[in-house]
Amino acid sequence: MSANRVRVVVTGLGATTPVGGDVTSTWTALLAGQSGVNTLTTDWIDSVPVKFAGTAAVDPAEVLPRPEARRLDRSEQFALVAAREAWKDAGTPEVAPERLGVVVSSGIGGISTTLSAYDTWKERGWNRLSPFTVPMLMPNGPAAWIGLDLGAQAGVHATVSACASGAEAIGYAMDMIRAGRADVVVAGGTEAAIHGLNIAAFAAARAMSQRNDDPQAASRPWDRDRDGFVLGEGAGIVVLESEEHARARGARVYAYCAGIGYSADAHHITQPEPEGRGQIMAMTQALTDADITGLDVKHVNAHATSTPSGDVGEVQAVAKAIGTHPLVTSTKSMTGHLLGGAGGIESVFTIKALQERIVPRTINLDNIDDGIEVDLVYGENRALPEGDIAAVNNSFGFGGHNVTVVFKGA
Amino acid sequence: MAATEQDILEGLGKIINEITGIPASEVTPEKSFVDDLDIDSLSMVEIAVAAQDEFGVEIPDDQLKNLKTVKDVLTFIQN
Repeated sequence: MSANRVRVVVTGLGATTPVGGDVTSTWTALLAGQSGVNTLTTDWIDSVPVKFAGTAAVDPAEVLPRPEARRLDRSEQFALVAAREAWKDAGTPEVAPERLGVVVSSGIGGISTTLSAYDTWKERGWNRLSPFTVPMLMPNGPAAWIGLDLGAQAGVHATVSACASGAEAIGYAMDMIRAGRADVVVAGGTEAAIHGLNIAAFAAARAMSQRNDDPQAASRPWDRDRDGFVLGEGAGIVVLESEEHARARGARVYAYCAGIGYSADAHHITQPEPEGRGQIMAMTQALTDADITGLDVKHVNAHATSTPSGDVGEVQAVAKAIGTHPLVTSTKSMTGHLLGGAGGIESVFTIKALQERIVPRTINLDNIDDGIEVDLVYGENRALPEGDIAAVNNSFGFGGHNVTVVFKGA
Repeated sequence: MAATEQDILEGLGKIINEITGIPASEVTPEKSFVDDLDIDSLSMVEIAVAAQDEFGVEIPDDQLKNLKTVKDVLTFIQN
């Protein structure tokens, strides 16, 4: 890597998740091993085979002023809440509007708005639709609202790659800063997909856990008895900044956003490639991009969603691309799977782990499945070593998208 | 029994507060939506949609653009 390349740092964090309404409460809950998964009591619950999900711990519509909340899809509400937290956490950076960007993604966009607007149109007519229906359902809506809120003019983008979307957004944001297009970029992922149709559709793909008698034990990555993922909702946002800009304003630096790797399996629309070829390629590229070796990586926040097919293959790919030595965890065991929001919150968690030198355990991991050689963190949290270390966040998505982000301790 | 002007004004004040955050007490007959209350055209559409549900009257687009003040809306709904 070129020695004079722009270095990117993380200066702000924001999150609203199934276990907490902000970063502090979420991180505290993760370290305590708390599940955010609960039984649902909605009016459509009898028509789906899955009766639980990781509903957000704090309703974003209760946090935002009412006139603002009613114009936003829930995915936009989450994104705005987390972005405001991250921006404040970064010390509300002074930056020229044309040097400030936003890259915030979701996997599915404003699908609840799409479905409720369809009902309104069919039942009551076109002129009963809110004039904000389109900006509520468009998948670039979360990024656009944050851009408006902050006055960002350097480019507002929404990358879409299913469950890799949030991580891809952070990679794209890093690329913007490295390319000199922006000094500060607000980046991450959001999702609000707890709706009967989504659950029915994922259940039709045989991807979801149906452990209805014990929802909090349903998300159990790498456990022999795992039977699918658990849907979660929320958003995770980071403020990325060129190191020069951050140092000049005396900002607190959480970590370096040091490397990004993207690849595509070109194998199957939903199934991971069995040899892990694409995942290995993404991880290897990310290490090269960060100018580190596998030995520097001490922690992996895995994609591991608790599906029978994905979890073991991922850690086998980690073993090949990075090694068996990193402490590997899946925080999805507590938050559920936030789809396009996953890369956002899990990047926040990876950065917190580096900052506090502790890895939250994977809960519900009672019997480790066969074929796993990496050092899984379960039973109790584990400490990370002091010194110059790196950590990795993996996110993979339907479509064969693989994204790996590397963070290095500040 | 038909709603009185005061009932309609109160209902309209609640709708405008819900949509814009403007206190209902500021929604008085002489106020202009654009000049006094700073309500934009899309917010007016939202208010019209909600008012149609609340008061059971249709407000066509070509009429909506003529409703400049709170009093205009009160008169339209009453008639």
